[in-house]
Amino acid sequence: MLATNRKRSIGLFILCLLFMTTIWMSIIYGYTDTNWKNAIEAFTNNNGSNAHIIIETVRLPRALIAAAVGASLAMAGALMQALTKNPLASPGIFGINAGAGFFIVLFVTFFQVHSLQIFTWLAFSGAALAAAIVFIISAVGKDGATPLKLTLAGTAVAALFASLTQGMLAANEKALEEVLFWLAGSIAGRKLEMLIAVLPYFIVGWIGSLLLAQKVNILMMGDDVAKGLGQRTNAVKVGVALLVVLLAGSSVAVAGPIGFIGIIVPHIARALVGVDHRWVLPYCALIGAILLIAADIGARYILMPREVPVGIVTAFLGVPFFIYIARRGILAK
Amino acid sequence: MNALQAKELTLSYGNTIIIDELDLMIPKGEITVFIGGNGCGKSTLLRALARLLKPKGGLVLLEGKEIAKLPTKEVAKKLAILPQSPTAPEGLTVLQLVKQGRYPYQTWLKQWSDEDEQAVRRALEATRMTELAERPVDSLSGGQRQRAWIAMTLAQDTDIILLDEPTTYLDMTHQIEILDLLFELNEKEKRTIVMVLHDLNLACRYAHHIVAIRDKKIYAQGKPEEIISCQLVKDVFQMDCQVTYDPLFGTPLCIPYGKGRCILQKEGVSS
Repeated sequence: MLATNRKRSIGLFILCLLFMTTIWMSIIYGYTDTNWKNAIEAFTNNNGSNAHIIIETVRLPRALIAAAVGASLAMAGALMQALTKNPLASPGIFGINAGAGFFIVLFVTFFQVHSLQIFTWLAFSGAALAAAIVFIISAVGKDGATPLKLTLAGTAVAALFASLTQGMLAANEKALEEVLFWLAGSIAGRKLEMLIAVLPYFIVGWIGSLLLAQKVNILMMGDDVAKGLGQRTNAVKVGVALLVVLLAGSSVAVAGPIGFIGIIVPHIARALVGVDHRWVLPYCALIGAILLIAADIGARYILMPREVPVGIVTAFLGVPFFIYIARRGILAK
Repeated sequence: MNALQAKELTLSYGNTIIIDELDLMIPKGEITVFIGGNGCGKSTLLRALARLLKPKGGLVLLEGKEIAKLPTKEVAKKLAILPQSPTAPEGLTVLQLVKQGRYPYQTWLKQWSDEDEQAVRRALEATRMTELAERPVDSLSGGQRQRAWIAMTLAQDTDIILLDEPTTYLDMTHQIEILDLLFELNEKEKRTIVMVLHDLNLACRYAHHIVAIRDKKIYAQGKPEEIISCQLVKDVFQMDCQVTYDPLFGTPLCIPYGKGRCILQKEGVSS
């Protein structure tokens, strides 16, 4: 563990370098192999060649989307784990993925919506709606949104939306074909415009998380201690929930449901820097970005020339880690 | 002047009334201890005095002003509360914990000042935790952990400190250690201390002022030597006992009747 702020700063710097490296690798490696010289030319002196077009319209957007989505999912996961005091929590607990999937399938089935761009907005609205329902259900009652009530309400709402989605898909095979690729979670074939559309939400989410980091630290000590220290805990909880919706809702809007980044990255970050969210959150952002870019590069090579949805790669990475955390949690008790 | 005051305070969980129209004054610069049976509402009352619980009726006054209407961060500069068995996040160090006590003094612009640094250093010294500052809280023994939490409330630099059963789960040595520490804080720095204690004999030894709670009301309050009697213990705890004097301190000492081995030859001990 990096115990001093000096070591933590150095770690952050190393992660920045790693991040740049993976971005470059994501631009260069894939079905159409190219090299770094070609890549630089694509930005400085684009001659309209096949390689240059691929770099500009496919590889670069893909790298940037992977970076933004990976960073946001990891930060949202850390906030979610803090809010629910549950080490296995992810933005999925807020019903974000289930709500997004529900809206997309609903509109594909009943309103014949087909464009990925419209999917973006549908997914975001569905995610926000599901999270709002979860938060309202758990905030009812005398103690407000306690970690346990949040987890229970989230699990129930997610299950409800997921079963409604499956019901519609079972009745409508054509819709199934259309949304299957989206439901697996992928960043291939996403246009830069889709990222730009949700970029303001991402930016507010990133900056907002860093500004709220110290308040999250206080909230982690329990409601009574936090209130005793003069924190308005309900306001902070609502703020954190909104940030999760912005970060994870925008991610699912662009890339579909990508699992496990939101669960495992916060654990890696905490193992490196401890419990202070002023460090945990920036570490999450960089590690999440690096991991998703790397998983996306892997997705290109596993079944070459075909591609695997990146959500499946992260699941392969995530499952063993998930079991490890669960076992450690049980053993610690 | 009173440090804290409750006026016709009614507290409830849902529709169950826990405390009913209670009036109370907490004397400034003294140690006040709440006693009463399990579930009598003494912890609830303490939480309401610290504005952690919203009253159903009546109000709480902090230095004469209604606590619910004061900005909560301003209250946190005057009054600190240590809830019952608090838990720190896994891996949090003692120093990190104690630094959180400075939260009421932090703003977006002013994150950490010399004054904060001084307050943290003093709090660690007063609780003799300086040596253990870099240790994770969850690796400490029960007594050390409680001292770490008390250090956090001290770092808050408040005149009033409220503690909910600060000695629960501690062995006898550490109970005395914690209470001695609080006693010294009161003696040397004239801090007002209000706490809930289960051990009546220790309450009598350390408290200037005892508040006995029964039936949603105050049954009796005053100096321990003036109010603690067989009758009070019987009414408040539903227990028969004999009250004598602590041979070391002269404060009231309550010896419960009941069963057990008896090696005394005197008559009339067994009831």
